[in-house]
Amino acid sequence: MSRAGALLAREVALAWGKGGGPLVALGFYAGTATLLPLATGPEPARLAAIATGMAWVALALAALLSLERLFERDYEDGALDLIVLSPQPLELTCAIKCLGQWIATGAPLALAAPVAAIALGAKPQLAPLILSCALIGGLAFAFTGGIGAALSLGARRGGLLTAVIVLPLFVPPVIFGGAALDAFANGLPWHAGLALLSAYAAAAVALGPLAMAAACRNALS
Amino acid sequence: MISRLSLENLSVRRGGRLLFEGLALSLAAGEACALTGRNGAGKTSLLRTIAGLVTTEAGTITFGDADADAARATGLHLIGHLDGLKPGRTAREELDFWSRWTGGTEASTRQATQRLELSTLLDLEVRRLSAGQRRRLALARLIAAPRRLWLLDEPLSPLDGVWRERFGAVMAEHLATGGLIVAAVHDPLPIPAKALEIGA
Repeated sequence: MSRAGALLAREVALAWGKGGGPLVALGFYAGTATLLPLATGPEPARLAAIATGMAWVALALAALLSLERLFERDYEDGALDLIVLSPQPLELTCAIKCLGQWIATGAPLALAAPVAAIALGAKPQLAPLILSCALIGGLAFAFTGGIGAALSLGARRGGLLTAVIVLPLFVPPVIFGGAALDAFANGLPWHAGLALLSAYAAAAVALGPLAMAAACRNALS
Repeated sequence: MISRLSLENLSVRRGGRLLFEGLALSLAAGEACALTGRNGAGKTSLLRTIAGLVTTEAGTITFGDADADAARATGLHLIGHLDGLKPGRTAREELDFWSRWTGGTEASTRQATQRLELSTLLDLEVRRLSAGQRRRLALARLIAAPRRLWLLDEPLSPLDGVWRERFGAVMAEHLATGGLIVAAVHDPLPIPAKALEIGA
């Protein structure tokens, strides 16, 4: 197995591993999605109108939850030193770490997203689009989130700092994905929102690793 | 291929404090250096500086004719007091991963397992290992992927008497095949080594 493959397998295993990982993220997602309608009132008509939006925002928050440990665990135990000392460019390494994060938590959350939205009252026809948006958006969340995780390396309460850094970066995907879902639900053209969401995810995948690598080097030196 | 390690007039600053300045060291293939100094003198920082993780304030680090970036990426091992091992994973998973990451083969990993007598520990989670066993698992990387320059941070401290002697033999073998070792130590190294004291 190649170096990159070995790293991806390790990252997925670490994210799945003890301490919850995807199960905690899914539990948090289910909790948030249940909490939101309690505050808005139980009328089905009102709930149905905002169901996809709530499911989408809850997804962004749940994606935030598991980011904290992405670089921190390797930074704390010295593994990041050894990961940096490699012929594999650090940018590629960072991209693989984010991809592992997406496979381990982004994809399970994406599978849960249509379920949560329909449970809140969204039309079942929306399910495929919600799944696509959640998969593509999850990629954007993982790769922009990695920037925050790398920037907050070494800080006390790094998880909170990560959230504060990352939330503004989550704004565009939340807007684009929400717009696509809203347009589809109202029978309007929805392709633009999905295209913009995909473009943002592509930009995050391309540019995020550069920022993460620089932040990691800075944290280690 | 690293044939030599030269530090010239090296100064390193950490957190606004000058750790050391004007440090010089020249190490040829087959030579070792025992790095001593008080706690906090900068032994670990010097090792991480040689590895390129810490930037220098002044001075140069050269690896013979080898390009510095290539030498750091493929020519050196850094075994710090933080060993990079994940408590929740098994010793086998960790050894296999680090062996692959540093370019080792299956045969060399097996050899490392035998040499450091890890075979009975491989199925245990790292959290179940004692400090000495963890260190042996970390040191197995040295054999799993042959590289010329070993940067060792207190390699002996958690090891018992028997393993200090055995690891001394491993180091002697590495030097005999043209390797270089820089080791930060408090106790004397069990091999002939140049002495370099930081903050003297």
